[in-house]
Amino acid sequence: MELNQTTIHELQEKIRTGETTSVEIVQAVFNRIDAVEGVVHAYIALMRDSALEEAKRADLNIREGKIRALTGIPVALKDIFCTRGFRTTCGSRILYNYVPPYDATVVEKLRESGAVFVGKTNMDEFAMGSSTETSFFGITRNPWDLERIPGGSSGGSAAAVAADECIASLGSDTGGSIRQPAALCGVVGMKPTYGRVSRFGLIAFASSLDQIGPFTRDVEDCAIMMNVIAGYDPKESTSVPIEVPDYREYLSRGIEGWTVGIPKEYFIEGIDPEVLTAVQNTIKVIEESGGRCIEISLPHTEYCLAVYYIVAPAEASSNLARYDGVKYGFRSGAGNVQDLLTMYKKTRSESFGAEVKRRIMLGTYVLSSGYYDAYYKKASKVRALIKRDFDEAFKLCDVIVTPASPTPAFKIGEKTDDPLQMYLSDIFTISANLAGIPGISVPCGFTRSGLPLGVQFLSGPFEEGKLIQIAAAYEKNAKIERRRPNL
Amino acid sequence: MKIDKREVEYVAHLARLDFSEEEKERFTSQLDNILMYMDKLNQVDTSGVEPMSHAITLVNAFRDDKVGESLTHGLSLANAPEARGDCFSVPKVIE
Repeated sequence: MELNQTTIHELQEKIRTGETTSVEIVQAVFNRIDAVEGVVHAYIALMRDSALEEAKRADLNIREGKIRALTGIPVALKDIFCTRGFRTTCGSRILYNYVPPYDATVVEKLRESGAVFVGKTNMDEFAMGSSTETSFFGITRNPWDLERIPGGSSGGSAAAVAADECIASLGSDTGGSIRQPAALCGVVGMKPTYGRVSRFGLIAFASSLDQIGPFTRDVEDCAIMMNVIAGYDPKESTSVPIEVPDYREYLSRGIEGWTVGIPKEYFIEGIDPEVLTAVQNTIKVIEESGGRCIEISLPHTEYCLAVYYIVAPAEASSNLARYDGVKYGFRSGAGNVQDLLTMYKKTRSESFGAEVKRRIMLGTYVLSSGYYDAYYKKASKVRALIKRDFDEAFKLCDVIVTPASPTPAFKIGEKTDDPLQMYLSDIFTISANLAGIPGISVPCGFTRSGLPLGVQFLSGPFEEGKLIQIAAAYEKNAKIERRRPNL
Repeated sequence: MKIDKREVEYVAHLARLDFSEEEKERFTSQLDNILMYMDKLNQVDTSGVEPMSHAITLVNAFRDDKVGESLTHGLSLANAPEARGDCFSVPKVIE
């Protein structure tokens, strides 16, 4: 197995024993990038020079015995995280030239843990999308089938891990943007509890829903990444000051005696039959592992999508008001526009893509006087009921299992003209963001045509350990075949 | 019909966006479709339910009133599309 196909924990062992060096690993990653990036397009920008320098520094530290959690491991960052002195675009023309003067807290934490940054990965513009087709910098392709989308909005981060163009990566998840692409690319993806990981330096989309999480090759790597990024941050007012456990301690505990809830509302018409079979197989494995599966009900499930597409655009329309061409980013017709209002309108109209404009319009409409109560306030009330559903469910079970996506990866262009169809891709992941609970997507097999599938586990708030526990038990007992995309 | 072209034009102005005629037509029908879908929320009885704006109970995050590090003038202006002296430069606002 090549170094760039290996997991963090296997590489740590090889680094520790001197079998390989960070420089060798980083070179293997960039060789792979040179070979496949032309067709996958997982990255917006590469950090080739600084990565080699960081790797050399890591090797020096290793020789001196200074090994931290991720020393020398190549990691990719979604281009939504601010990186000091390095261009951060959020997949948008409006930020095409933006160079942040500071690092996001997660970037700082990865840096401090010794990680080597490979580059900034591609994404749907401002993280609005389920397919990574709306980036100003072009589309990302699914490494398993180049005619298909990698999922979104963190499609670049998922594809980079799946295509062996990095060892692990970070994404952000507002309505499923980590779990859905993880499922469609055949990797592990976790969205932590809202407030568990600091959002400082994450370019805001919908502030009450956004959360940062890792993409990894296996569950153990997910635990390692979570150990690094989780925790209270005084710079972020929604960050929660409670203790973070060592997530690796949950890896080998097993799920003997657990009760696992299967929400009946998640097994709906329109779900792909192969997805359904894969989830049924997962349920069998859980029972063989000592878990007891029971049917539960989350009665407000059918309203999640409508609530989400009111709440998220409402918050987005206000977050994106800051892009006016004054303090940073693109400005239209610099110097030639005579009045401020025209400058704002031209700047925003020329530099936001269609999906972003659609959501700004939707958000502005539902917040406008006369419609606020009918849409935003109503949605916020139904959101409370959705959260209450989960509170009730977790009185009956330890974790919940659902499909991660209703279908395998769909074809590029298939849903771009029908926003509602596109929004339905997130139907199984959105509820966790509305309720603020954590979720993990784990590979659970392949379709007959060879596309990866994922299963989702959900738990109560701040119980990411439980998710690691069941995901690790499942991964061990399901023995899903390890395949690599044929690139 | 939930929304018509005139409303789209008004909302676009509030959002500081400009659209071509063709875009206005497209957005009107797409937003109309999406808003019709949202109507299913009217089926839910929410009487007595408090609206929820955040998933966690938030308390004020206070810090001591101490001077910390802040961005320098130069760094703050470094990303400006147009700057003059120590200021961001914009089209004239006051006659």
